Amino acid sequence: MEVRVLFFARSRELAGASEATLSLQPGSTTAALMPHLLEQFPQLSELGTSFVLSLNQEYLAPGEAQPLKAGDEVAVIPPISGG
Amino acid sequence: MSSPPGALEQELERLRAQNAQLQAELDAVRGVQAGAAPPVAAAAAAQEEPPAGAANGAACCRPVAAARDWDGLQHGLDKDQIARYSRQIILHSFGVQAQARLCRGSVLIVGAGGLGSPAALYLAAAGVGRVGIVDRDTVELSNIHRQVIHKEATVGMHKALSAAEACRALNSSIQVETHLEALTPANAVQLVRQYDVVVDASDNAPTRYLISDACCAAGRSLVSGAAIGTDGQLTVYCHGEDGPCYRCLFPEAPAAGNCARCVDAGVLGVVPGVIGTLQALEAVKLLSGVGDPLSRRLLVVDCAAGRFHSVKLRARSPNCVACGAAPSITTASLPSYDYAAFTGQAAANDAAPQPLQLIPREERITPAELQRRLASQPTAVLLDVRPAEQFNICHLPGAVHTPFKHFDRYVEAIQERLAAAAAGAAAAGQAAAPPAAEQQQQQDQQDQQNGSADGLQPQPPLYVVCRRGNDSQRAVARLRQLGISHAVDVVGGVEAWAREVDPSFPLY
Repeated sequence: MEVRVLFFARSRELAGASEATLSLQPGSTTAALMPHLLEQFPQLSELGTSFVLSLNQEYLAPGEAQPLKAGDEVAVIPPISGG
Repeated sequence: MSSPPGALEQELERLRAQNAQLQAELDAVRGVQAGAAPPVAAAAAAQEEPPAGAANGAACCRPVAAARDWDGLQHGLDKDQIARYSRQIILHSFGVQAQARLCRGSVLIVGAGGLGSPAALYLAAAGVGRVGIVDRDTVELSNIHRQVIHKEATVGMHKALSAAEACRALNSSIQVETHLEALTPANAVQLVRQYDVVVDASDNAPTRYLISDACCAAGRSLVSGAAIGTDGQLTVYCHGEDGPCYRCLFPEAPAAGNCARCVDAGVLGVVPGVIGTLQALEAVKLLSGVGDPLSRRLLVVDCAAGRFHSVKLRARSPNCVACGAAPSITTASLPSYDYAAFTGQAAANDAAPQPLQLIPREERITPAELQRRLASQPTAVLLDVRPAEQFNICHLPGAVHTPFKHFDRYVEAIQERLAAAAAGAAAAGQAAAPPAAEQQQQQDQQDQQNGSADGLQPQPPLYVVCRRGNDSQRAVARLRQLGISHAVDVVGGVEAWAREVDPSFPLY
């Protein structure tokens, strides 16, 4: 199954794209997201742990394992501090 | 057939408001005709007596002396305020009481930069009774493309004062307070307490954590906005019973490398304008009690893609060190909290980064020395390691562009370039004029460095320049690791070149 990933701010620069499609095994949970993302975009490891993930526009706590379904939308949101 | 009493009262209220507004507009027109001061400046006088030449007309319509007869609802707004704010007062979802709350309210805006500019202007225009502005910087020409509250005429002026001047020019009936020192752990809680709502319009991570912690400690709602490049973020922290704070969302500070600043990464001027304007909107909503504040929601904006993405957030984290059940950061402990250590960054602003000394001084030369050597060394190769956006603004003649970000990719090309320069020099039979006598000694030293004294093929001189002299040192160090050991760094980069050698070289 495929989920859509949106990259914001620094994650977009690191990934080199504003969005991507992630292919996951059916039945995967959100716990599988980061390993797959890092495999596809190793540069994202530069973010460390300082970013927020959302699933279908809802905050996803670090380490949380929610079931994923095809067509889900994930967003990678690092903080920005400029102004 | 007859209207219910409530509807009649509403109709009466509407007519009264309309009447007051028309009256104000009439007075304003008469004031202009009579060459009188503008309505606001004349406000105090108008309380006492009608404008000259308007007495008869006004008096026959409405007894001016009994001006407050129409204030049946005790909202406390005077005639000028009603005239000024009439367009939002008559808004069905806003109304006179919401305006009255706004006029009684106060906001502290931390930062009079790209976010603070529209935030301060809109909040002043909307009639927030007291607006406090904190900023320690002065206005620079490179600020104005986004910091639209400042003007060419206020370049060099304290930003807080320049911003306050603009706010007062927009609305002389409100109180504008300036705080010319930076927000610090020592003064933050006490300052935040003096205002109803806080707007985070700062530009660095340590200050963002400080403001959030101070708002937790002081129990103030925080309108947080951020912008860089073409990205923006907006939310309301520390609001109500369960609103999270900045630390709930980002308990760990981002690595310094991921905290791009406008001075290095650039920012499209409109982007902080959009976010700062939305911050003003959220502050108006909080003060007036109208609408749903953006609490427990994070708005993430990709202005390049035109994408506004709203994420529902969790309630405050019970384990949060600032707003959880047993916070360790409190009014008492906050003043001694080390925000620079926590974030790994100083509360830097739009200023240049600290100059580094990464490589030995003898591997570095001044811009003046570079100019002299380039003139006398026709085979010299000059590398410019700045990003393409900066290289394309301006660069030294003949500079080879090898951006530091992907420096390793260029190493082969650098070696080819050096070989070509060496071959060219050999073919020309060192046709270039011999160095002047007084330069001979230095030239000998350099030849030694370049390998000719060892009987090796002499390497053409290699110089590395960047914007300010930090990345160029990193590049020289990297070249050494890769076996190109004679590279020389230019102290202070092209900025120093512009200061010391060529004043016509543009700075940015």
